[in-house]
Amino acid sequence: MEPLMAYVVGGLFAASIYMILRRSIVKLVIGLILLSNAANLLIFTASGLTRGAPPLIPEGAQFPDPMPAADPLPQALILTAIVIAFGVLAFAVVLINRAYEILGVDDLDLMKETDA
Amino acid sequence: MIESKSLILHTATRFLLPLQLLFSLFLLLRGHDEPGGGFIAGLVAAGAIALYLFAFDVPSTKRMLRASPHDLFGLGLLLAAVSGIPALFLGKPYLTALWWELEFPFFGEIKLSTPLLFDIGVYLVVIGSVLSIVMTLAEAE
Amino acid sequence: MLLAVLSGFILAIAAPWFFKAFGDRTGWVLAILPAALAVYFGSYIPEVMTGETVVQEVPWIPSLDIELTFFLDGFSLLFAMLITVIGTLVVIYGGGYLKGDKDIPRFYVFILAFMASMLGLVLSDSLISLFVFWELTSITSFMLIGYYHDNAKYRKCAHQSMMVTVGGGLAMMAGLILLMMIVSDPAGAGLQGAEAFSLRAILAVDSGLITGHEFYVPALLLILAGCFTKSAQVPFHFWLPNAMAGPTPVSSYLHSATMVKAGIYLMARLQPGMGGTELWMTLIPIVGATTMFMGMYFALKSTGYKQVLAYSTIMALGVLTMLIGIGTEKAMLAFVAFLLAHAMYKGAFFMIAGIVDHETGTKDLKVLSGLRKKMPITATVAAVVAVSLAGFPPLFGYLGKKMMFETALEAPNVQVYILTLVALTATMGIAVAGLLGVKPFWGEEAETPKPAHEAPLSMLLGPIVLATGSLTFGLAPFFADSALVQAAVTAIWGQETDYYLALWSGFNTAVVMSAVTLVAGLLVYWQWDRVRGVMESLQWLYDHGPEWAYTHGMDRFLPWIAKKQTGIIQNGHLRYYLLTILLTLVTLVGYAFFTRGEITGALSFEVHFYELLVVLVMLTAAFFAASTSSRLGSVAAAGVVGFSVAVVYIFFSAPDLGITQLLVETLTVILLVLVLFRLPEFVSFSTTAARIRDVFVALLVGGMMTALLLATQDVQLYEHDPISHYHIAKSVPEAYGRNIVNVILVDYRTLDTLGEIFVLALAAIGVYAMVKFRKRDERLAAAEASEKEETA
Repeated sequence: MEPLMAYVVGGLFAASIYMILRRSIVKLVIGLILLSNAANLLIFTASGLTRGAPPLIPEGAQFPDPMPAADPLPQALILTAIVIAFGVLAFAVVLINRAYEILGVDDLDLMKETDA
Repeated sequence: MIESKSLILHTATRFLLPLQLLFSLFLLLRGHDEPGGGFIAGLVAAGAIALYLFAFDVPSTKRMLRASPHDLFGLGLLLAAVSGIPALFLGKPYLTALWWELEFPFFGEIKLSTPLLFDIGVYLVVIGSVLSIVMTLAEAE
Repeated sequence: MLLAVLSGFILAIAAPWFFKAFGDRTGWVLAILPAALAVYFGSYIPEVMTGETVVQEVPWIPSLDIELTFFLDGFSLLFAMLITVIGTLVVIYGGGYLKGDKDIPRFYVFILAFMASMLGLVLSDSLISLFVFWELTSITSFMLIGYYHDNAKYRKCAHQSMMVTVGGGLAMMAGLILLMMIVSDPAGAGLQGAEAFSLRAILAVDSGLITGHEFYVPALLLILAGCFTKSAQVPFHFWLPNAMAGPTPVSSYLHSATMVKAGIYLMARLQPGMGGTELWMTLIPIVGATTMFMGMYFALKSTGYKQVLAYSTIMALGVLTMLIGIGTEKAMLAFVAFLLAHAMYKGAFFMIAGIVDHETGTKDLKVLSGLRKKMPITATVAAVVAVSLAGFPPLFGYLGKKMMFETALEAPNVQVYILTLVALTATMGIAVAGLLGVKPFWGEEAETPKPAHEAPLSMLLGPIVLATGSLTFGLAPFFADSALVQAAVTAIWGQETDYYLALWSGFNTAVVMSAVTLVAGLLVYWQWDRVRGVMESLQWLYDHGPEWAYTHGMDRFLPWIAKKQTGIIQNGHLRYYLLTILLTLVTLVGYAFFTRGEITGALSFEVHFYELLVVLVMLTAAFFAASTSSRLGSVAAAGVVGFSVAVVYIFFSAPDLGITQLLVETLTVILLVLVLFRLPEFVSFSTTAARIRDVFVALLVGGMMTALLLATQDVQLYEHDPISHYHIAKSVPEAYGRNIVNVILVDYRTLDTLGEIFVLALAAIGVYAMVKFRKRDERLAAAEASEKEETA
């Protein structure tokens, strides 16, 4: 499964990069959403994919069952990353909205001048 | 202003909200052993309150909450940061986990710990931040 | 010694409160510290005289082998005494000179901080701390030169001095690092750890191992660049006369007695280790002698009291540099004697310059004349000091000059050049001494802008003490010799010397030279106006010297370069920044792949049907999101991608992630509904060519990520990763949790999570601020508009 996921992640990255390179600010937002998903999946896949063995330990036991369970470390990293990505997205969206309101343009090329 | 006039949504939300909040508390407290925890529970609670916001409006949501979202995440950050301090008194590094097992007459054994305190902090920060964002934007309409 | 250095910094911070408490008398109070330090260091004289080195080791950054070790041998003791004694006098003098100035607390703060930095510099054993103190003196000097900061010209002078000295300091740092590499070379000296930074350890190394190393020449040139800029050697001399923009006490302390000698100090220190080579004995004397000559030449040409002093200081620095370069045993003795003599008479002269300026309102030597009746004490002191500067017996200045002649006569390299310049300089020196010490005070009384009168005690104390010193050391050279000079020479020569100081050591060539230059010098003084006329006819040449190159570089060349490179790098287009970053990333990772990476593709392609379905949905949705021209469609497709990702998490044993992802997707929809749809529809701005380019870049990055992932599969991160296994094994027994992911979040890596929730809260505050501030701005704008209407 990992090789397939490698191509999927590559595809997600390509789609997100294409979108953040656009001049329209709304497309930039879509690109950001895709980018955070792609990055999370990259970390997730890098440590190997395991089916049906979540890193949970049954009551009374010392180790997860069945062993080896999925790697918990990247999961913990991604969990916070997902929530923070939401916060950052909210910030970016509002920032862009504000820029649009002030400058009245949605073309990044026309946002070059810093003093509006 | 986002405001739905749907009677069904109003009524359903009134009944759903306590259930969802209770569920989020359940997710929070069992988080150390089963799927759940501060982040997930916080998102569930925030989602529930956001639903209420859509069903009613910002002022009534604020009234229902009684506290501003800023106070929530402020309190959460404080809790999380403070949860690391007891370890300092024992000469351990900041944020080292400490556990106390308490016997209660009716509930049986309850495990109190600094990670639980920390997780409650995370829970409050997530609720507070998400609600702050959503309510600010809803108000800005 | 640590306390001695730190106390200066501490008192510097406290100085403003002292000023509040003591007012005009602050100078006298604050001077207690340098005076006490002088006594403290003085108490070491007997110990150091016997050849002892006092060492105090203080660990600073042990993990990097950096120590804050201080050591006190004869040479650093000489400097420490100069710094503290003259420091005491200058702090007192400054209190009188700047009396009534509203910024005077700032003067105290920086002069004390400077004193502490300078002490740190001369006491440092570690090259690292030496460098840190070195730069601290540059910074405090900048603040002191720019004391009159409301004058644009003075600010520029301060800026110039800092750029030149700090620029040289950076070169020196590179040189010191090279030196450290030389001594830690296992094929050579092979010093380890903190020893490689230690001056004492480096000097203990056989100098052949240093001078024979392939890095010797670059290391020496870089270190010399630092020393030459700091000590105002040609062609970096131009900053020093400009530094006279600072208040006179600053000039007398920093730019004559102490800071400018830091370069000299370091050269003298390194002389036993790095000296003795042809490069050393040719380059340094040539630079030193040239500086000496140029300094005296310009001193004679100048008409401002302080300008003359500044140039004659450059002359003295040139002499010292030249003597180090010659580097014989006698040269070292001459060096120390001249250093001491100069510090005393020049320090005194600067203070006299301040008095004259302060009490008469002018510094112009063409105007000043006949002040001796109004200022009898100043005139007497000036006369004594001038005799020392001119190098007449029996003052200490004579000893310095005589030793310099004797050394020049035995210079091993470029002797003719040195001797010629020495003779010319000595001749002009007599004339300059006359200009400074005789002309303003004798002859006919002239009008001055302010009615002249004698200076207060606080300002007279310094010159009197220093002049007395010159006289005492000159009449009884044994006194100075035994106290400090011999110990200092021993420290930098490496062993005890057979030479000693004496007023009369027989009739020899040096005495003849002294006599000849004396007569010639008096002639020049007599015909000063005419000589100056000739010198001024060469004005064009002066205007196109090193300073011209510096100002041109700073004012024209640098802005031009900055403009060009900003135009290219900071072009203001987000996507060009992104393209630059992405292509750099692809190039670097690609390079690493080609040289080291390989993809074996050993892993199985085992895929379940439902998994295939989900990832196909994900890919299709991503492609649709990127290619559709409908905003709603794109947002929906992005949502589909997010939900498919959640499903992938659930398939592959990450229930927590799946739940989180689903919840966040839901909230994202709410967010986009609230904001995004206030934004405009998709518009196509880009040209087809730009699209093709972006598709190409996107595929390149995507392909790189795929390759990266395939390569990591071969590494088997999880199986070989002890961290994850530790987390799993300790989860129940020590962290009492069965959900390992949650345990990691709230127990193992709590600090990380704490940081992350702070970020989340910050994002929320950011959103709040942006939205709410907009409302306030709008209200303000509305209020302004209504106001305008009313007034109209």
